[in-house]
Amino acid sequence: MCGIVGLYAKSPAVEAQLGNYLSTMLIEMTDRGPDSAGVALYRDSPDDQGIKFCLRASDPEFDWAGLINAAGNAIGKSAMIERRGSHAVVALEGEPETVEQWLGEHFPGVQMVSAGHRIEIFKEMGLPVQVIDEFNLREVSGSHALGHTRMATESAVTTDGSHPFSTGLDLCLVHNGSLSNHNRLRQRLRKQGISFRTENDTEVAAGYLTWQLSQGATLKEALTSALKDLDGFYTFAVGTKQGFAVLRDPIACKPAVLAETDDFVAFASEYRAFAGLPGIESAKVWEPEPEVVYHWGAA
Amino acid sequence: MSAVENAGQKGNVAVLDLAESDLRTVNSALQANNSSKASGYFQVVNSRGAHAVACGLDAPLDVEILGHAGYFCAGMNKSARVVVKGNVGTGVAENMMSGEVIVRGDASQSAGATAHGGLLVIEGNASARCGISLKGGEIVVKGNVGHMSMFMAQSGALAVLGDAGDALGDSLYEARIYVRGKVSGLGADCIEKEMRDEHRTQLRDLLDRAGCDDVDVSEFKRYGSARELYNFKADNISVY
Repeated sequence: MCGIVGLYAKSPAVEAQLGNYLSTMLIEMTDRGPDSAGVALYRDSPDDQGIKFCLRASDPEFDWAGLINAAGNAIGKSAMIERRGSHAVVALEGEPETVEQWLGEHFPGVQMVSAGHRIEIFKEMGLPVQVIDEFNLREVSGSHALGHTRMATESAVTTDGSHPFSTGLDLCLVHNGSLSNHNRLRQRLRKQGISFRTENDTEVAAGYLTWQLSQGATLKEALTSALKDLDGFYTFAVGTKQGFAVLRDPIACKPAVLAETDDFVAFASEYRAFAGLPGIESAKVWEPEPEVVYHWGAA
Repeated sequence: MSAVENAGQKGNVAVLDLAESDLRTVNSALQANNSSKASGYFQVVNSRGAHAVACGLDAPLDVEILGHAGYFCAGMNKSARVVVKGNVGTGVAENMMSGEVIVRGDASQSAGATAHGGLLVIEGNASARCGISLKGGEIVVKGNVGHMSMFMAQSGALAVLGDAGDALGDSLYEARIYVRGKVSGLGADCIEKEMRDEHRTQLRDLLDRAGCDDVDVSEFKRYGSARELYNFKADNISVY
């Protein structure tokens, strides 16, 4: 199954409560997938420090200060923005490819989870409530966020195999469904210079969107092409720097529901995820059509 | 405390609150009336999109669900009249045997799936696969229906006041489909058929029971099975 949720704030009140509302939505979807959970949050850092990297260290005793120092010497300006559970949000003066290569050489126990000006991804194995508590996500504010709780089918239950997936700056994808042509597509995309960290099908879809966008496509155009190039079942929710989009496969195999008020746009696998949102009783609630790209903000 | 003891009496209405009682307790309170001639008027509040609300009823009860409901709402209904004042998720009234299920909002996929009898009225839109494998039930959708509606429906009827999506009536058996608006496309072995008096009479009766007495049956087209797909054809014997 898998459960996916998204929330896009249209008012400062919802921005302030973004992490709180999204956490409630994701926890409500727990019985759609118990294997792992993750959240992508979009927010500005206290001062504009360029690209921020969300890094994960599996060792709870990991020496983050050591990493910041080493990065400062090897890559350029570096600073800790904040620690959350096993992840750290770090500002680094370097291109994501350079940073990831450097990490691989010097800190093989550290993975790059996301990179961008506004995106931060936090994900781990376990139930949504555990993951939300570990990262203390209820207190986080922001402009929009996506969440995922996973019932694994196409690849192993690991943190790397958890959603959201990001393969490009400020871009992330959550997915309910499974893709059947991901192996061949991964080969094609690798030849185009897109790198992959896992054998997961959703990461291929994220890489596909990254590649399309790098060729100059808009997100809407990239998703429209995805209808042709991706074979399988999917409801996708895509986060970008300033917006988010939703797409269902041509036969609408996987569920999806949208709600909109003056204060927010919400997306979920099932309506019950919305039940705690303010003003949901009078929201416009509807089921997105298959093969139609829905997007909000500068998606 | 049981939900019945818990049920606030509102006149002669028993109020079942899903914020205070769990789903099984609420459904048990409704099903406690089964196998009897008991009548009663129940309201279910704080449904908040919960699944399987008011399933398995088997008595002529009146049940109102005040809010949105999740999957399989009023599933397997027999004799009861269930009104949902909101939207419903996948599979509303699936395998209904008799009675009535009325949805004031929209329904998600597979509304009325495999229903053997009874009347399902969706006042908004129904999404994909409405009436899939229908086995004798009747469905009226006042808005539109999504793709693959009435897929493999065997008997019964669907009336759509709005439009129908792609592949309507794919692999249809002997169920009848009436659509007032436009049809994006017909599925395999589904064809438009002549509206004869018996069909106008059937549709009139169905619309009247769904509260659509102001709707003119002459605005509808009828679709049914070409009967090319499900009968074995002796001409094809050489293939086997």
